[in-house]
Amino acid sequence: MDVIIQNLGIIINATLTATPPLLFAALGSCFSERSGVINIGIEGMMTIGAFSGVVAALLTGNPWLGFFCGGLAGALFGVIHAIVCISFGADQTISGTAINFLAPGIAIFFCKAIYKNSSQTPSLDTVQKLPKLFDGVFPVRSFWNNVLNTYTATYLCFILAVFIWFLFYKTSFGMRLRAVGEHPKACETQGINVFKVRYICVIASGFLAGLGGAYVTLATVNQFRPSVIVGQGFIAIAAVIFGKFTPQGSVKACLFFGLCSGIKTLAANGNYVSPDLISMIPYIVTIITLVLFVGKTRIPAANGKPYLKVK
Amino acid sequence: MNKKRSILSNHAFYLLIAIILGFLAGAIMLLAVGVSPITAYGKLLESVFSRPKFIVWSMNYATPLILTGLAVAFSFKMGVFNIGAEGQFVVGSMAACAVGVLVDVPAVLHVPLCILAAISAGAAWALIVAYLKIKRGINEVLSFIMFNWIAFYLSNFMVNLKVMHKVNNREATKNVLDSARIFFPENVRDILGCSSANYGFILAIILAVIIWFILKKTTLGYTICAVGYNINAAKYCGIHTNRITLTAIGISGGLAGLGGAVQLLGMTGRLSKFAGQEGFGFQGITVALIGASNPIGCIFSGLFYGAMKYGGSKLSLIDVPTEIVDIIMGMIILLIGVSYTLKSDFLKRVIKKEAE
Repeated sequence: MDVIIQNLGIIINATLTATPPLLFAALGSCFSERSGVINIGIEGMMTIGAFSGVVAALLTGNPWLGFFCGGLAGALFGVIHAIVCISFGADQTISGTAINFLAPGIAIFFCKAIYKNSSQTPSLDTVQKLPKLFDGVFPVRSFWNNVLNTYTATYLCFILAVFIWFLFYKTSFGMRLRAVGEHPKACETQGINVFKVRYICVIASGFLAGLGGAYVTLATVNQFRPSVIVGQGFIAIAAVIFGKFTPQGSVKACLFFGLCSGIKTLAANGNYVSPDLISMIPYIVTIITLVLFVGKTRIPAANGKPYLKVK
Repeated sequence: MNKKRSILSNHAFYLLIAIILGFLAGAIMLLAVGVSPITAYGKLLESVFSRPKFIVWSMNYATPLILTGLAVAFSFKMGVFNIGAEGQFVVGSMAACAVGVLVDVPAVLHVPLCILAAISAGAAWALIVAYLKIKRGINEVLSFIMFNWIAFYLSNFMVNLKVMHKVNNREATKNVLDSARIFFPENVRDILGCSSANYGFILAIILAVIIWFILKKTTLGYTICAVGYNINAAKYCGIHTNRITLTAIGISGGLAGLGGAVQLLGMTGRLSKFAGQEGFGFQGITVALIGASNPIGCIFSGLFYGAMKYGGSKLSLIDVPTEIVDIIMGMIILLIGVSYTLKSDFLKRVIKKEAE
């Protein structure tokens, strides 16, 4: 029994470590998709966030500052995506693809330039890592230590999810945001500034994706290298679809995909199932969701369509 | 006045500006890290053009990109953005690798068998998405993305299989048998000075011409373009839009799969475990965009990208990060994306002026 409980604790712990990057990015993706802008550049924004976070933490010694800088770097690419897609009305998939070239390219480029041609940054010291909330409160290896003693940023992302749910459904901004993604022209006639709302949402999506990337390097991996962000951004997009484009749905989806990732870590150690097959689960599940729940998973009506102001 | 209009409606005009600005952005990045852009770009040019064998290498690098570029361009004509070329490329190389390693037949049969397997795998992978689109109305961009990653992990899974991976090395598969390789004869390769010079490039050119022919001279091509221009009008004219969608996406997937086969049989010879997506499909998107979705244009844009990749790989010799190529290319795509809007804006303005 003890063994089972302990393993359960380990799985929960792994889930709670793998979920936050996905959740941060997925919440960001919610913002942008609900306002009518497809953002497949999330992956690139996470990568640049992961890199900038580490560099800022190494320079200042403060992980939280690094975390914030990661978000800012992501937001910068959010601004680019917004200018290209909203002001210029360019194809959103093309812009996202371009960002997935640019952002990781810039991250690795500067990494090599700063750290003498190495595509890895030095490792972070313990003080430069994001802290855990209840360090030393519970005995090491105990169930509760595994479950509750996770990174403070993990708690933060769930609080953020509640906040964003509130913002989406209980505030006038949230109502505008959702309306802009459904019928921008109608909004414009009501005096809502479609461009402004979408700009805010796309930049927010970049910021949150950047935070997600920074979480990976500052909390779990300890350093930046090109392979730290492999597909998390796309899993986040999958989670948003799986979660029916709502923040609350995205939380559930991210927890589930985080669990897959947690099991993968265990399976890799125990050699039970191929970790590659487990890695596919989020994508397969998302496809199945799309197939089975057609009509229920409704994509925001104006999603992907550039809105051009009527002059 | 008309001259101004013809310049402003020409893709080449915007492309040229996009490329210049792309390199300019790259130069700013280089200056930011204290590297002289002249040195870096000089090295880039030198590594591509200074010797004939470098040009052959660049062509080798260009081959898979031309094919994935064709794949993206072809589906683009029908209004579908094949962002899934990446996944189709991967399953294509998986199929070619499996047949290349496991089947032992003479070269006359082996090469076509590998290529056929790759084309079918790529086409099948794309057709699933096309089927979901027309039967269930599922947004193809989203399902393409999912299938890219499924293919990615499937490939890593296959590399790890006991029948496939090398003895004592789980990171890569066995090399495909010599009968499956598509190299030029040894003496030709010696003359060219390139150990992996292969028939792939010729194949890519032939395919570009075939695709051009299909699009311009056949009923299928006409209907595909009609669907791309206006799907409702096409439907109204009695075109079976569903059937056309399936055909076009299938062909597109087949082309991307072929790209995977050519890369495997011509260059790498085996599959390795990936740490991240290799990006041939995404680079194909760039190729198609630069080539304005024109099959013949894809040859040149593919060569451009191939040369950038090959030249870029030599930049590490002078301690310049090779990622500068990604930055330049990313900028170029971004600017081409913007140029579509600018184009219609400019044209409207010019026409308005003319009317006055």
